Amino acid sequence: MKISEETVRHVAALARLSLSDEEVAHLAPQLSEIIGYAEQLQQLNLDDVAPTSHSLARTNVFREDEPWPGLARDVALACAPDSTDEYVRVPAVLEG
Amino acid sequence: MSVHTVKEILASLRRKESKPSEWTETALRMIEQHDPTIGAFLTVDGERALERARRLDGEAFDGALFGVPYALKDNICTRNLKTTAASRILESYIPPYDATVAQRLAATQGVLLGKTNLDEFAMGSSTENSAFQLTRNPYDVKRVPGGSSGGSAAAVAAGMVPFALGSDTGGSIRQPASFCGVVGLKPTYGRVSRYGLIAFASSLDQIGPFTRSVEDAAFVLQAISGHDERDSTSAPQDVPDFVRGLEGGVKGLRIGLVTGLDEHGVDAEVQAAVGKAVQTLQDAGAEVVEVHLPHLRYAVATYYLIAPAEASSNLARYDGVRYGRRAAGQSLAEMYENTRSEGFGMEVKRRIMIGTYALSSGYYDAYYRRAQQVRTRIREDFEQAFKRCDVIVMPTTPTTAFPLGEKVDNPLQMYLNDIFTIPANLAGLPALSVPCGVSSEGLPIGLQLLAHWWDEATLLRVGHTYEQARGFAMPLPRMGA
Repeated sequence: MKISEETVRHVAALARLSLSDEEVAHLAPQLSEIIGYAEQLQQLNLDDVAPTSHSLARTNVFREDEPWPGLARDVALACAPDSTDEYVRVPAVLEG
Repeated sequence: MSVHTVKEILASLRRKESKPSEWTETALRMIEQHDPTIGAFLTVDGERALERARRLDGEAFDGALFGVPYALKDNICTRNLKTTAASRILESYIPPYDATVAQRLAATQGVLLGKTNLDEFAMGSSTENSAFQLTRNPYDVKRVPGGSSGGSAAAVAAGMVPFALGSDTGGSIRQPASFCGVVGLKPTYGRVSRYGLIAFASSLDQIGPFTRSVEDAAFVLQAISGHDERDSTSAPQDVPDFVRGLEGGVKGLRIGLVTGLDEHGVDAEVQAAVGKAVQTLQDAGAEVVEVHLPHLRYAVATYYLIAPAEASSNLARYDGVRYGRRAAGQSLAEMYENTRSEGFGMEVKRRIMIGTYALSSGYYDAYYRRAQQVRTRIREDFEQAFKRCDVIVMPTTPTTAFPLGEKVDNPLQMYLNDIFTIPANLAGLPALSVPCGVSSEGLPIGLQLLAHWWDEATLLRVGHTYEQARGFAMPLPRMGA
């Protein structure tokens, strides 16, 4: 499986990474090699084999609907790189 | 250099032959003396540790790990103590809460000394992917300590702390334990809460101890095990008394020897040491049977699709908004991209890219879903094998510790090193690495034992029996080349 530099740029955009031309040139052959290695899974006949997403198949893990204290707002906001008294602040999402 | 086990420290404290502050002072001295060479710690919290130990000096012995110094891998959140995951993106992150394991160890009256180095976000097998520093193998400082929990392994091997916690997603406790000549345990998935563990691949990650003896591993596992309602994947499973079960011996137990490992390039000395260990267990009364794991050869390919897929999803949270580093950007999207591109190192980017690719439209079925199906096959292999035996043995790693720099530019070669450790994560099984010898170059070799789901008791019993019967003590590391 050959992964082109164009594909690397596309995947990087999906992952919200901006890669330099140098990084793209470096990653394309490495990803080709790694994904190429993973191609061996294509040899197996896996008809009717259910996928395992988790070794411990627990579903619907509920707790009692009782409120407990979470992080206080000021404590949570103290972790943010930019905040006002009440909110996390980010660059403008919409123009104008 | 004299080093002590958790058990010895507890016995001395209980008899009032020593005080908690003396052990903390000794540990801090060892760190001061050796860590400039070894590089195990990212943060040493010396003042607070001493303060805490001195407070314990005045108290009656109470708590399972009363006065015992320890370290945590720096992807385990500690309240008011920097937790970086060895990443620039979390370089100055100070968590406002404790991981459940940190809370539980604090409740046993242990003394936290600091946070240890790792591959960034636990992605690596040599600790060379840390954004901050190299960690060196105490047995040969020109070699890697293994990874990703290389700092915790090296800290215990060098005698800086009697135990440390790490996390194991594809071998990140067992492989460095093997390389550094200490005991490393990955519990059954769900045995130990992951709350507060910085997520890498959530269906595989599990926290466990590094110690100088199997018995110490049982002590520490006891302290950190059990259901936690803050982690929905932690299991409401009874926690047996791991320490009491240690002395039962192996008479009548069936040890499963995995056939066909030759194709994975096992070093002759590793093979010989593991063979000798199996003989020791046989002499102690165990029965040896052969077992076959036909899908073992697909484990690395399976893992390096599933783990990066989960990682690419988990690491989406690092966007410069709520915590961690933020880079400048004209728009929100540009800020995200700049933050992530500056904040993540190359291996993390590589894994995010593999994972995003494997999950992207048109490739999902061919890669991610297929890997999940092979994961089912690997699990079934173990179910079959455990019908024939109680414990499976394999080498922990195909080779001993490799030289620093040898594999950094060859990610696939680095990944292939995990062949024997990955299967336990994919299946969720408990697995233990115990030192079983030293190579002609003086490098430690690890014996890996795997047991049935939730059967850490048998795993530890076999490990302990072997350790008692193996007829040698691990030589202390040289801390030099």
